[in-house]
Amino acid sequence: MMTRIQRAMRNYFVFLGRCGRIAFEGDWRYYAWMGGLTIFCLLGLHAWCRQFAQGLILTGMSDEVSWGVYIANFTFLVGVAAAAVMMVIPVYIYDNEELHDLVIFGELLAVAAILMCLAFVTVDLGRPDRFWHLIPGIGQFNFPKSMLSWDVIVLNGYLLLNVHICGYLLYSRYRGVKPAKWFYIPFVFVAIVWAVSIHTVTAFLYVGLGGRPFWNSAIVGPRFLASAFTAGPALIILALQIIRRVTQYSISDKALLTLRSIVQVSMLINVFLLANEVFKEFYSGNLHVVSSKYLYIGLHGHHGLVPWIWTAIAFNLTAMLLLVLPVSRSLKWLNVTCVLCIVGIWIEKGMGLVIPGFIPTPLGEMMEYTPSFNETLVCFGIWAFGLLCYTVFLRMSVPILQGRLVQANEGQAGSAAARKH
Amino acid sequence: MSRRSFLRTSAVLTTGLAALAASLKPLMEMNDFPTAERFMQKYYKELTPAEMEKVLQRITDEVEKQYGIRPHVRDLKPMDGVEFVYCLNLTRCIGCRKCVHACVAENNQSRNPEIQYIRVLRLPHGSLDIEKAEHFYNTDSVPEKGYFYMPVQCQQCKNPPCVKVCPVHATWQETDGITVIDYDWCIGCRYCEAACPYWARRFNFTKPSIPQERLNPDMAYLGNRPRRQGVMEKCHFCIQRTRAGRYPACLEVCPAGARKFGNILDPNSEVSYILKNKRVFIQLKEEMGTAPRFFYYFDV
Repeated sequence: MMTRIQRAMRNYFVFLGRCGRIAFEGDWRYYAWMGGLTIFCLLGLHAWCRQFAQGLILTGMSDEVSWGVYIANFTFLVGVAAAAVMMVIPVYIYDNEELHDLVIFGELLAVAAILMCLAFVTVDLGRPDRFWHLIPGIGQFNFPKSMLSWDVIVLNGYLLLNVHICGYLLYSRYRGVKPAKWFYIPFVFVAIVWAVSIHTVTAFLYVGLGGRPFWNSAIVGPRFLASAFTAGPALIILALQIIRRVTQYSISDKALLTLRSIVQVSMLINVFLLANEVFKEFYSGNLHVVSSKYLYIGLHGHHGLVPWIWTAIAFNLTAMLLLVLPVSRSLKWLNVTCVLCIVGIWIEKGMGLVIPGFIPTPLGEMMEYTPSFNETLVCFGIWAFGLLCYTVFLRMSVPILQGRLVQANEGQAGSAAARKH
Repeated sequence: MSRRSFLRTSAVLTTGLAALAASLKPLMEMNDFPTAERFMQKYYKELTPAEMEKVLQRITDEVEKQYGIRPHVRDLKPMDGVEFVYCLNLTRCIGCRKCVHACVAENNQSRNPEIQYIRVLRLPHGSLDIEKAEHFYNTDSVPEKGYFYMPVQCQQCKNPPCVKVCPVHATWQETDGITVIDYDWCIGCRYCEAACPYWARRFNFTKPSIPQERLNPDMAYLGNRPRRQGVMEKCHFCIQRTRAGRYPACLEVCPAGARKFGNILDPNSEVSYILKNKRVFIQLKEEMGTAPRFFYYFDV
């Protein structure tokens, strides 16, 4: 006779098994999409193995510009992960109806984004084989002094929180029982504060460096949050429409428009903060303005980042204009706006924030940076990996939420009902 | 499972595994795969004397195997009652860069790609604005009229930003004031490199290469023993010399006598005299609050 625990374990493993199986089931479009992503993942893995063998010399980085697109992508994606909170707050604090059934897609996106963040940090290490030196207890963890040790804690903590919340809610839905409030609501509220903390800590990573005046500014933290709350929900708007399209999961236009208002307000704040930063840098005219000069207008004949930042500014301003106009209420225009937001902010935070911090060097040397081909392949690989994870999460969760993959139909020949979407 | 679906599954699996193997292939060409012994090596401060003995033996063997020279590797500890300070006379420095190359030879820096700990800046008369510095001046003779020269290397700060930011304590300040790096503990995140206001730290972007005949066999664990790919390094006041009572290589080679080094805790040392009697001396970027142990002074 099975004990209760054994039965619970068995049920849980059956659940995991069925989720795993369904990730490999789908129509030809699904296989094509997953196959394509897998190819990019493997190309990225190959590029990273080359880098592991030969060293970071295969990247465009140097002693002068010692962080590049890896850390830029990391910074952007921490923001995407934090942005899930922009769906959680309306649902759990303001009881928003439209977003209620969608919040889990935001949280799953956060999980995928954090996985990408961890991958981007790992590929940036010179000695990834020594990662265990970072593990508290067996390594030497410089906590609380090093901001990087804080980042390790908050990112992994945020990952666990979101995995727990999503996993528990989905499993409850699968079993057809009402989730016990005490077992997830406290975590949801912790996750709200935690989301703000991951991006603040990531900002402090830069802000804390007195020797880099370009980063050593109190506004970086608020700017990070504003830009994250713009780009993150913009990404979710696009993701939700894709979900609606390929799965017939019911997502109302009203929900998308609620997210639009979030993107709208965040973008206004983001542009405002950027203007503050630019004013402070250029009006006072002290010697610390050199990095900003390099970024916006070029310095001593070096203009590498000028086209990037003006593209970002143009995209952000256009997006802001579209967002405040009623035209972005039409989904077609909203989508264009979202793409502009995402690309604009990716550049602003990546090439526009990480790189100019290094140029010129603290000794005044001018050395520019361009990512190498191998480095770019690694980045594409990690993005493909993230999309692959997110697709798998959705492939599992949508049928559960639709009631097609439930405990009740366990054993029904691979649950034919769930297979069709 | 039907025959057809079995065949299809096997075909997919085989293709997948082959693709994965192909992706991992570059690892086979790795020139420096960490051995189990190196992978498990403990943190410097946690090594017992017996374990340190074994590690030094291992390093000696590894260096001999790679360079064909048996080195003398020691773990030199800081001396009691000693705090090292460097003073550099800007009136005397002629910008010949002999210190740069003596340092490379002494400290077994990689020659390809080239790593140097000292950067000599050429500044126009009258300005200490580093933005105006020329790093790559290339003239037939020095000094040039209208310029002065300022060599910059690790300033051995009393309040080092690099130590604060390291997530794994791989770099720290010793009691004699020298900030050192455990090359076997560094994970290569380069956060310290971003934190240093003096651009004093260098990263091994690939496996360092030193011609066999150029290897300096007199080595210290926290000093000039050969580094590996993917770790940080920097000036350590020539630990292998200064902790054994000798001067740093950059000082010995200086033809102008611009460099002075010694124990600030000894009131009769040359550096104590300079800091007591010279009218003006400068700590680079003093406003950073890093409190460098490296002083620039003038003959006034």
